[in-house]
Amino acid sequence: MSSTYLGMPSVPVFGEGNLHASEPFPQAARRELDNAQLRANLGHATHTIRDKRLRVVAELPDWEELREAGSAVKAAVMARLPELLEQFEANFTARGGVIHWARDAGEANGIVRDLVRAAGADEVVKVKSMATQEIGLNEYLEEQGISAFETDLAELIVQLDHDKPSHILVPAIHKNRSQIRDIFLREMPDVDPDLTDTPARLAEAARLHLRRKFLSAKVAISGANFALADTGTLAVVESEGNGRMCLTLPETLITVMGVEKLLPSWTDLEVFMQLLPRSSTGERMNPYTSLWTGVTEGDGPQNVHLVLLDNGRSAALADERGRSALHCIRCSACMNVCPVYERTGGHAYGSTYPGPIGAILSPLLTGITSEENASLPYASSLCGACYDACPVKINIPEILVHLRSEDVQSRRGKKKVPGQMDVAMKAASWMMGSGRRMALVEKALPLGKLAAGPDRKIKKLPGIAAGWTRSRDLPAPPAQSFRDWWVKEHEDTASKEQA
Amino acid sequence: MKIALFATCIVDAMYPSTARATVSILERLGHDVVFPAGQACCGQMHLNSGYFPEAVPVVRNHVEAFESQEYDVAVAPSGSCVASVKHQHAMLARSVGDADLETRATAVGSRTYELSALLTDVLGITDAAAQLGSWYPHRITYHPSCHGMRLLRLGDRQADLLRTVEGLDLEPLPEADQCCGFGGTFSLKNADVSSAMLADKNANITATGAQLCSGGDASCLMHIGGGLSREGSSISTLHLAEILASTREHPAPPPGSVRGGTRHAADLPGKARQ
Repeated sequence: MSSTYLGMPSVPVFGEGNLHASEPFPQAARRELDNAQLRANLGHATHTIRDKRLRVVAELPDWEELREAGSAVKAAVMARLPELLEQFEANFTARGGVIHWARDAGEANGIVRDLVRAAGADEVVKVKSMATQEIGLNEYLEEQGISAFETDLAELIVQLDHDKPSHILVPAIHKNRSQIRDIFLREMPDVDPDLTDTPARLAEAARLHLRRKFLSAKVAISGANFALADTGTLAVVESEGNGRMCLTLPETLITVMGVEKLLPSWTDLEVFMQLLPRSSTGERMNPYTSLWTGVTEGDGPQNVHLVLLDNGRSAALADERGRSALHCIRCSACMNVCPVYERTGGHAYGSTYPGPIGAILSPLLTGITSEENASLPYASSLCGACYDACPVKINIPEILVHLRSEDVQSRRGKKKVPGQMDVAMKAASWMMGSGRRMALVEKALPLGKLAAGPDRKIKKLPGIAAGWTRSRDLPAPPAQSFRDWWVKEHEDTASKEQA
Repeated sequence: MKIALFATCIVDAMYPSTARATVSILERLGHDVVFPAGQACCGQMHLNSGYFPEAVPVVRNHVEAFESQEYDVAVAPSGSCVASVKHQHAMLARSVGDADLETRATAVGSRTYELSALLTDVLGITDAAAQLGSWYPHRITYHPSCHGMRLLRLGDRQADLLRTVEGLDLEPLPEADQCCGFGGTFSLKNADVSSAMLADKNANITATGAQLCSGGDASCLMHIGGGLSREGSSISTLHLAEILASTREHPAPPPGSVRGGTRHAADLPGKARQ
């Protein structure tokens, strides 16, 4: 039997790179919650985008049908991904592009480094890309003596400040204008020392800075929002036009893209070009959409490469109940409506992908056995706002619960000493598995009064329940359960009737 | 109609007056209420926390308690428990490969209703004052709760019923669709984020100027009420079943009354007093 290597190894390879949290979510969240400025910035920004999205979504009478269509296309892609990748490869190659398969972050970074060196360059311009952030490309290239310049304005701000993005659409969501001015003055060579913090002056400074880079760079690196299998076309959707400069000016263009970004055909793009801008920026249409198919002699980049990245996607695809997380089109609608993200910001999630989608995608890509990410599926109250907002209908709450069960199972497999939660759940299962046992335990309810003060409130609980009483009282339980009342009431009625 | 009451574990153990109010409402409408004695809990806590093997006996128990054909429909005064029965039980049975349990759980789920859905969709209640005699002359606000709103799509059913209670002044709650931060074990595992969400919810409740916050989920109300109590707020919480059951003759406790402990909710009018 012959086999074609499609970047889909039979044994799942988990992802590497910026996919891991370095500390458990509750701990990171606590630190971020202390940052009042961050919470104010996030609250304001997410509410603004949230309201805009609702307005433009309401304009479309067929929004639900569009979501259905988007979800169906993505499900179809996942069902025949190897075949579509092969078709895409054939078409992309036939039009002068070169495909490189990367199993993980390390392989992808190495491929990009070799391509940049082969082009004789030691600096590259970049259009904002989640995939290259995921594999930590900028940091890797820097170690290899290659400078990567981000050209998306927000991404540039974050990069100049040696910070990490905290939102996938608005990476600098946590910074204000005067902070940005200070960063420019400090980090941009040749910047006007009298720079003010008016948006126009800041944009002008960034434009002058970037123009020099665009005109000198020989190599550009991009991500891709979509890849169309039937024509071998790549697509980038953006707001500023800096991406288009990257995609058209340099001689060599290297795109790094996750294998899940594929769409079967050019016509499928119609659905996603409606879903994506409305869900992400709350706009009817994004300002710039660039599509390129291979190489055109004398026009645009003459060396066109695509690195197809697995980095845990095969493993996610193999998870029948989690795989629809790969439908994600990185619109950020879920994080903009998430009450947990709104209060903690993106850094608490520890990965390139924050918010509800990050809470499922990161552990799916790295495996739930990766301890750093095992706390992520619990970073949700399961309120369901993310599912309602998702343009491709990823049932995030259901996948969160699925991953929690995987985590419980994995910890059980490691035969660790059961924690308080495990013991409590087992006891509750025994009790709640029978009405008779529940009735028996409820007989002890009046004892709960002992824990309460004279005001009938419980203000301090032990063990895992202590989290509750950190900010909440618990009412003292009643003297009699409903069940008990019902039985007594009906016994009385029965005996009266008999009498 | 013969209606089986699923009291839910929190209501049964912590808020028995909510279940008694539910019985009162249904009996006042002339229906026969039964309480399947084998019932315990819907298993939502186990399911949502990922303890699937521990959830199985709980779900099986619920299905066994409620699959009797001796009643027409089942009702629970809780959106999240009904959502669990309708959306999670069959899923769990499927995931452990128990096809028989899946079929039975689907059947039970299909005839289980959240209280406001039963009242409006099946029993035709459009005016609580006229049809139930509901009277609660206080200024209240209402929190819709995520599971009722998003999984059961209850829409305005609960608020519409409250609006028709005689004397009741319903203040709209800003950002009503935001989660209160309870989320079951989320409130323990991510206690800080949960508390931050609760603080915002309670600030919105306070801003309405209402004396009381009502809702359809005892657990959310326990969370909200617990936070308000810790803040020293005078605003209390009360399940919508108790407001609907409240009449001039047998009023529900007014806002601010201490609940729990030895005190019971006011005696509620039942079949015996019709």
